[in-house]
Amino acid sequence: MPEPGLFERSPLWQLTWARTLAFLREPDALFWVFAFPVLMALALGIAFRNPGAQKSHVGVEAGPRAAATMRALEAAPDLEIALLPADEAAAALRRGRISVLVRTADKGGPVLVYDPSRPETRLAHLATVEALERAAGRVDPLPLRTDTIVRPGSRYIDFLIPGLIGLNLLGTGMWGIGFPIVMARQLKLLKRLIATPMRRSHYLLAFMLARMLWLVLEVATIMIFARVAFGIVVRGSWAGFVVVCVVGALSFSAMGLLVACRARTVEAAMGLMNAAMLPMWLLSGVFFSADRFPGVMQPFIRALPLTAANDALRALTNEGAGFAGVIPAVLLLVAWGVGCFGVGLRLFRWD
Amino acid sequence: MSPSAPTSAPPSTEPALLCRGLTKRYGSVVAVDGLDLEVGTGECFGLLGPNGAGKTTTVEILEGLLVPDAGEVRVLGQRWGGGGDRDLRQRLGIQLQETQLQEKLSVEETVRLFRSFYRRGPTPLEVIRSVSLEEKRRSWVGKLSGGQKQRLSVACALVNDPDVLFLDEPTTGLDPQSRRQLWELIEAFRRRGGTVMLTTHYMEEAQRLCDRVAIVDHGKIIALDTPAELIASLGGEHVVEFSVADGLDPEPLAGLPGVSSVHREPRGYALGVREPHVAIPALLAELERQKATLSQLTTHNATLEDVFVSLTGRTLRDA
Repeated sequence: MPEPGLFERSPLWQLTWARTLAFLREPDALFWVFAFPVLMALALGIAFRNPGAQKSHVGVEAGPRAAATMRALEAAPDLEIALLPADEAAAALRRGRISVLVRTADKGGPVLVYDPSRPETRLAHLATVEALERAAGRVDPLPLRTDTIVRPGSRYIDFLIPGLIGLNLLGTGMWGIGFPIVMARQLKLLKRLIATPMRRSHYLLAFMLARMLWLVLEVATIMIFARVAFGIVVRGSWAGFVVVCVVGALSFSAMGLLVACRARTVEAAMGLMNAAMLPMWLLSGVFFSADRFPGVMQPFIRALPLTAANDALRALTNEGAGFAGVIPAVLLLVAWGVGCFGVGLRLFRWD
Repeated sequence: MSPSAPTSAPPSTEPALLCRGLTKRYGSVVAVDGLDLEVGTGECFGLLGPNGAGKTTTVEILEGLLVPDAGEVRVLGQRWGGGGDRDLRQRLGIQLQETQLQEKLSVEETVRLFRSFYRRGPTPLEVIRSVSLEEKRRSWVGKLSGGQKQRLSVACALVNDPDVLFLDEPTTGLDPQSRRQLWELIEAFRRRGGTVMLTTHYMEEAQRLCDRVAIVDHGKIIALDTPAELIASLGGEHVVEFSVADGLDPEPLAGLPGVSSVHREPRGYALGVREPHVAIPALLAELERQKATLSQLTTHNATLEDVFVSLTGRTLRDA
């Protein structure tokens, strides 16, 4: 009998390897982990790309002095003008196809119709006012010169990519750990395993180790894509970036373990996972900044692990933060991870 | 040392498995009700009974997967929960009734995983060969037939060359050929001196494989002996079952020549018979005398099923 190799004899390695194989053979899982974030980044990156200075859309209602007004507005480079019949003009304004509607009259100046509650319509309003006044012969009392710069890391895609990484850490941790554990419990595989001399800690540890293996692939996929497609690089500490990813992944895996620690059916676990993930999807600043929520909610939002992960990843990627800058976030993630793991392990049901 | 063991007995006669007064309740349901049993080293012991009789609960207590509410359990002379559980598990092979192995691992990957939990035993390939799955070793578990899955499940129980093998309804739901293949596997394990604890609700399985059989009903052992002795306890090796179209006075049946027992069945009577060639003519004459019209008569060699019916008045299927 040939002496079996170290890998073959090590239960921890065998459990980790089995976990990894099972994951790699699950096409759905591969899609959600690898393709989904890339497609999401691509779609949102295209939808919210910065096409230089953005143009405002302004409609001119057909009327007595419409033609002259059109000429005045066309001189402004930032405006996109359309001449519209009265009924269509109202509808276009309602649907947001134009931001400002200019209604001319035989006597007096034109009337500007717009919704002042939205920033882009206010911007369009200002540009329209300026164009009309200049055409009417306004002279600037104070000549101003401008000097424009584009700050790196200020595009929407720059904001989005770290958020998508955070989201992926959360999703893969929860699904990648919670789902197979509940499945194994439902199929009585957990019970079969504890009928062997396997160490229970090895079983759970193997999940964490397998998680680390595909974490590398997962984050690398997004980062390489972000680099190639949008020129995004980590401007701050690479070490910090790696630490936040690893600690974040472990912390979210521990949440997955907690969610899966007692559920007997996949359906029950799915409900719990969604209940845990949905608030973070919304509140933790994945697609838009968490600062937009009212101040009373901020302490709660700041305490969420995904908020910490996202903010830290953003600081490292876009703001060039150093390792020291993300230590508070790492500590918060560690606290979540240790808490969830401890409670999950204590409550864990093997049969 | 168990107090009941005679002091002169050599250590090898210590039972491989022992339980005394085993009791397990689930809420108000008593699954196992003061059960005693002893299984010798090298013996194949069968627990036979209908679904819900308490077989699985008993076996899972012996396997250390369930904790009994009362009673004593010894496995290879050890108690569960005494700190030596993992060492004890090194010596046991366990197949559970409902386990489904990871579908997207291959046969070989699965066996290798289970093998890694044990200190000693054959190589994964040897185990796979012993259950005749070498052609399927690279197939995913999900692609195997029911019989192949069950053989794989037994393979996982054999990776450590165990001293005691627990099999919980290993052939339920299998076709006859797969069942026979599994029986051969179990017999091969026994030839190497292994002890087997088997639950089944198939009579022919218990008869073929087991040295001794305990018939379990409502959490209690209602009969325990070798299959041959249990059958002999019916008072005959043959069973004559008949039904009549109209009423019958069963009183004289017991006195007929060659008839050793009479049981009322839902649709007639079952007679335990030593000599069918004497008993059947006598039965026909008695029916003639009572003017009863025979609507059905069958005869077969007595089986454990008949033992169960005679003990409980129910067939295994209705129970």
